[in-house]
Amino acid sequence: MLKWLSEFWNSNATYVLAIIAANLLIGFMLVHAIFSVWLERKVAGRIQDRLGPTRVGGKFGWLQTLADGMKLLVKEDSIPASADQFLFRLGPYIVLLGSFLAFIALPFGDGVIARDMNIGLFFMLAIMSSEVFGIILIGYGSGSKWSLFGGMREAAQMISYEIPMALCVLVPVVVAGSMNLSEVAKQQSGIWNWYIFHDPFTFCAFWTYFTCAMASCKRAPFDLAEAESELVAGFHTEYSGFRWLVIFMAEYGSMFAVSGIAVIMFLGGWSLGLPFELTDFFGTTLHLGFFGVVIGNIINVSVFIVKGWFLVFVMMWVRWTLPRLRIDQVMMMCLKYLIPIGCVLLAGVSVWVLFVPIILQQIVGWLLFILSLAGLGYMGFQLRTWSSALPGAGMPGMWRMEGLPGYQGATKN
Amino acid sequence: MFDAEMFMFWLIASLTGLCAIATVITQNIVRSATWLLFTLAGTSSIFFLLGADFVGAIQLLIYVGGTMVLVVFGVMLTAQGPFVNMRTSGAEWAISIVAGLMLLGVLCFGLTSFQKLPTGEALAKANEAHSKQRKANDPKTSTHASTIGQALSGVGYGPIYKRMPPLLPTKDAKGNLVTLPGAPRETERIHYLLPFEIVSVHLLVVLIGAAYLARAKRRRGGKA
Amino acid sequence: MSEGVALYPYLVLGALLFTCGVICMATKRNAIGVLIGVELVLNGSNINFVAFSQYNPDFQVEGMIFALFVIVMAAGEAAVALAIVLNFYNNHSTVDVDSAEELKG
Repeated sequence: MLKWLSEFWNSNATYVLAIIAANLLIGFMLVHAIFSVWLERKVAGRIQDRLGPTRVGGKFGWLQTLADGMKLLVKEDSIPASADQFLFRLGPYIVLLGSFLAFIALPFGDGVIARDMNIGLFFMLAIMSSEVFGIILIGYGSGSKWSLFGGMREAAQMISYEIPMALCVLVPVVVAGSMNLSEVAKQQSGIWNWYIFHDPFTFCAFWTYFTCAMASCKRAPFDLAEAESELVAGFHTEYSGFRWLVIFMAEYGSMFAVSGIAVIMFLGGWSLGLPFELTDFFGTTLHLGFFGVVIGNIINVSVFIVKGWFLVFVMMWVRWTLPRLRIDQVMMMCLKYLIPIGCVLLAGVSVWVLFVPIILQQIVGWLLFILSLAGLGYMGFQLRTWSSALPGAGMPGMWRMEGLPGYQGATKN
Repeated sequence: MFDAEMFMFWLIASLTGLCAIATVITQNIVRSATWLLFTLAGTSSIFFLLGADFVGAIQLLIYVGGTMVLVVFGVMLTAQGPFVNMRTSGAEWAISIVAGLMLLGVLCFGLTSFQKLPTGEALAKANEAHSKQRKANDPKTSTHASTIGQALSGVGYGPIYKRMPPLLPTKDAKGNLVTLPGAPRETERIHYLLPFEIVSVHLLVVLIGAAYLARAKRRRGGKA
Repeated sequence: MSEGVALYPYLVLGALLFTCGVICMATKRNAIGVLIGVELVLNGSNINFVAFSQYNPDFQVEGMIFALFVIVMAAGEAAVALAIVLNFYNNHSTVDVDSAEELKG
């Protein structure tokens, strides 16, 4: 028996590990969805000057999503009579697959990755592009005009935004010389080495990428596919219960996936900002061996997830702040502005890497780093001190404190 | 002995084959396209299983994300009813299935006769090359994407490919069929810059042509 | 160490896809169904290319590059074919390939 087991392990270790990794990833995706839905509701509440969920689970309503999930699971799962049953049932799972499979190539830490692929970045983009077919099926199979409109808009939008997204993500690839996500992340130890600060082109590429990423996750202001005010709920109008849950899990999953790409390509991956690899530090420098590697990776994974969640938070922030665009504006923005910007950035970074002397590159990189820090500091200062123009509205309220310069009191009238 | 790779292959291959058959059998055109989607995804899994990560990802990106969406758009733009159905008559089915089975038989016969070619040492050599290849397919060390990129961009790739691929098997002294290594090449670097450029120009022409053909026109009152 | 799968099953799978594609082209009356058949045929050939690239070291990169060219060509072919289908639909208000019979002698 033992012999058989060891033989089995020797020949099939890859597959056993793959199954474990898949389960861990599914677990992460679930937890992420639960957390982000709660966060979304809290952020929306904050921005709209209300409280959001407060009751379930004691403080902050942190179990609200779980309660919502239970409600959705026991809800009636209705299928409209005019729908194509097969496609209607199938659609959500294709969407979920497209979003979940992208996590295979996403490294959470030094070696914490399901399959460390040579072309990890490209694989992620390719897998996430297959999500759109599921949405078309949902829209078409529902047999309702709102769904069809939503599905068509979504298809047009996602396919168009894939192009500038890929172009922008190629900018750090040119700098790094690799599409292997782990390798790219390892090159950026030390916060000043993050590729967002590498040169002006990568700096612009980050913002362009993030815009495209928001659009490809169909988040507001680009959520034309589900525009509630005109299309009821867009492509998922006819869905309820578990399938609706699956669609939303996929949406939050792909939000984290695109944020993960941004974190790895531009924001240093799992690096805390220190100029050495934590696993090496604990494992080799402190002579802790395997145990040290585990400690280092626990920190790495936490850092990576926090960074990813921060970008997800920014997406929510944007969603609840900006009004929705029109569909023609969305398409025009992609075709007329983002694609040319992406091309210019790609050409520019190639010229920069090839022809600009190293010393100049370094000077510009440091300047960018220092200027960004200064800008962030200035923003923080403004948030704490800036007095709102509206009397008593207290727009930056959560930041403002008594006794600081510019404080005018919480209620003026 | 349970072999996971074998198991994965048979699982994926049978699913792909079943989906391909379902594509043919289904009468509803959008469902047929959906089954085709699964076939394409299965094919790309086969590519991943074979270690051709780059080709598999390209397959997903272009076929699943691009071509299939185009096909479904085509269905939506040309559908009269909500879910299009076009029946094929029984006789057509019978004839085409018989013809298809005959074609499959011929192909499989051809394959078996091909498989007989390498024997003895040649077979051992091929197996060795395969197992070496399997080790090289470790995703961390495989350099397929960059090799392909170099080959396409005209830089040329590695010195391993100095020899011409063997064209035809020949008989050795004992009368066994063997594939001899090809004659050494004059140049060490092989590249596909010209085909690559031709393909790009071709795609541009296709783009313009498709836009020209499908441009919005006033409809001539057809038969309908 | 497992031996892995031999070349032959891959080729059979390719042949199966090829045959399905041919049957699909023959039986579907919808022009888009015919297009779907063509895609199946191209996929069958692609499996062969990639399988050979794995099993013949002299063919390693060539197989993949041919597969890439086939995929790109298939995308172009789909675009042109759909444009033709749309045009056909504009003129005939149907996509039934049996109704394309003006050139019949």
